[in-house]
Amino acid sequence: MVYGIIELINFAHGEVYMIGAFVALIVASVLTMAGFTGPAVLALAMVFAIIYSGAYGFTVEKIAYKPLRHAPRLSPLISAIGMSIFLQNYVLLVQTPDFLPFPNLIPELEFLDPISHIFSSNDLAILSITTLSMVALVLFVKYTRMGKAMRATSQDRTMSTLVGIPINKVISTTFVIGSTLAAIGAVLIASFMQQINFYIGFVAGIKAFTAAVLGGIGSIPGAVLGSLILGLTESFATGYIRSDYEDVFAFALLVIILIFRPAGLLGKTKTQKV
Amino acid sequence: MKTKFRTLALAALVTLTFAVSGIAADTIKLGVAGPHSGDLASYGIPTVRAAEFAIAEINAAGGVLGKQVELLVEDDVCKAEIATNVAAKLVADGADVVLGHICSGATKPALGIYKDAGIVTMSPSATNPGLTQSGDYPNFFRTIASDDMQAMLGVNFTVKTLGAKRVAVIHDKGDYGKGYAEFAKMFLERTDGVEVVLFEGVTPGAVDYSAIVQKIKGEKADAVIFGGYHPEASKIVTQMRKKKMDTFFISDDGVKDNTFIKVAGEFAEGVYASGPQDVSYLDLYKKVEKLHKDKYGEDPGAFYKEGYAATMALLNAIEKAGSTDYDAVTKALRTEFVETPVGKISFDEKGDAIGVGFSMYKVTNGKYVEQK
Repeated sequence: MVYGIIELINFAHGEVYMIGAFVALIVASVLTMAGFTGPAVLALAMVFAIIYSGAYGFTVEKIAYKPLRHAPRLSPLISAIGMSIFLQNYVLLVQTPDFLPFPNLIPELEFLDPISHIFSSNDLAILSITTLSMVALVLFVKYTRMGKAMRATSQDRTMSTLVGIPINKVISTTFVIGSTLAAIGAVLIASFMQQINFYIGFVAGIKAFTAAVLGGIGSIPGAVLGSLILGLTESFATGYIRSDYEDVFAFALLVIILIFRPAGLLGKTKTQKV
Repeated sequence: MKTKFRTLALAALVTLTFAVSGIAADTIKLGVAGPHSGDLASYGIPTVRAAEFAIAEINAAGGVLGKQVELLVEDDVCKAEIATNVAAKLVADGADVVLGHICSGATKPALGIYKDAGIVTMSPSATNPGLTQSGDYPNFFRTIASDDMQAMLGVNFTVKTLGAKRVAVIHDKGDYGKGYAEFAKMFLERTDGVEVVLFEGVTPGAVDYSAIVQKIKGEKADAVIFGGYHPEASKIVTQMRKKKMDTFFISDDGVKDNTFIKVAGEFAEGVYASGPQDVSYLDLYKKVEKLHKDKYGEDPGAFYKEGYAATMALLNAIEKAGSTDYDAVTKALRTEFVETPVGKISFDEKGDAIGVGFSMYKVTNGKYVEQK
């Protein structure tokens, strides 16, 4: 999404995700100690994670990308990698290099108990919240003023400025929304895996980027479709062939799809005007 | 001709050594290399602490050969490419002997550099069998038994004590984990009535291992033997238990770390992991454990006692040899027995410690309990 608008790969996105998970862990621990239980903890942890991640996303954009908006395209890319390394090491130093146990915040639903070994309440929560977020995001981009401004900025930045769209504000909002989604994902996945450390964001970021490319950069349903295909390929490769080769199959698929559809599955081919 | 050149080189080296020791402040330099940051830091830091305690005591008693012992601590983050840099740095800084490295994968590339520089290296934790058995590294010693011993114990325990018939062997594709898993597979295949239903590697650091867990379930394995470290093990165990699988989980000393229990929490209960024999009844062990508790207020971590033992063995060998000369020190290591926190040890021709072994532990109420 961020790439679609400013044509910059936000390498620090995974780190924002990781920070979301840490904030959720801290809030959840404090709340559990204060005696709260169940969905209240999940909701509050999620809210705090979103606020914090949003703030980080906003700040990262202001510090690392905004000053470089008119610089050559390589500079913000390097600055993005720098930001990612900085945030990782920051969490490493102020928190811990160890893995930390993360509480399972998603309550076990009773009606799922008999089949919980196949389909647990965690799976249900991840599935439903992902779908909800995707629908909400699509609606937001399609039907709100801000969404329209985002699409305009992505098409032509100079022109948007000319018609009076505050592109700095639009880009900041994009970063905040992206970070919000990262935080939601972080809380869900951390609850599912029940452990976090400072490095989780890196792998998540790489996989997310791959999925976005696969689905078509800039297309929101495309990103979700891309991640589904990537995840299923890895799982099937492990299941039917060998887990040693799961990444090989996932990335081989990526290459094949990009050969036949260079813009990704749902991406639109843009003609470059000369 | 070759011999002549060697004598000459040796003579030059000896002269050089004398020249240097004539000017420089007289200390014995002990290099300590291992992961002191990153996600495997919990394996490296206890060894540094052990070495600090050991040399503090030796220095207070007058040092080795009348010289004080000095530590050169370097962080390799358990990565092969960083380990070679660390090794080169330690050689350049004039380390006489090296305590390290911690991970087998990092130890192997570093050993070549120490070998060329004629530096005796002793690891408290690198258990890859090839390090000693290949004969490539005559400068290498270790105060821990090798993986094939460990894998044999794991297989015997799985088959004889737990009575498993269908065993899945999983590893993390690293030098250490894969080595352990391959030995386990070999021993399992030699055992009658036992079938290896799965032998696969997983990607270390991945977010999700549910596909491999599903496969273990599909193969109806009644035991899983895992070769690797605790971050992956805790994820696999957690996902197995969440899928309501009560399959036995047997692993190695890369998993026998308190971090594993802390992270996997309730799911860690009932997991088996092998580790060095329990030596907590030894007086010397009690003494060094108390040192750690008094200073840091917590139990010493993994490889603390092995690190302490390695420091003692190295410095004792230098004392007995009367110099830091490579040949004299290796000879002393192979002939002299020394009392250490892991028992009375010496080293065989290949560099493996005589007098140390493994035991199986089971996680019971959040603690590792030795299985007799």
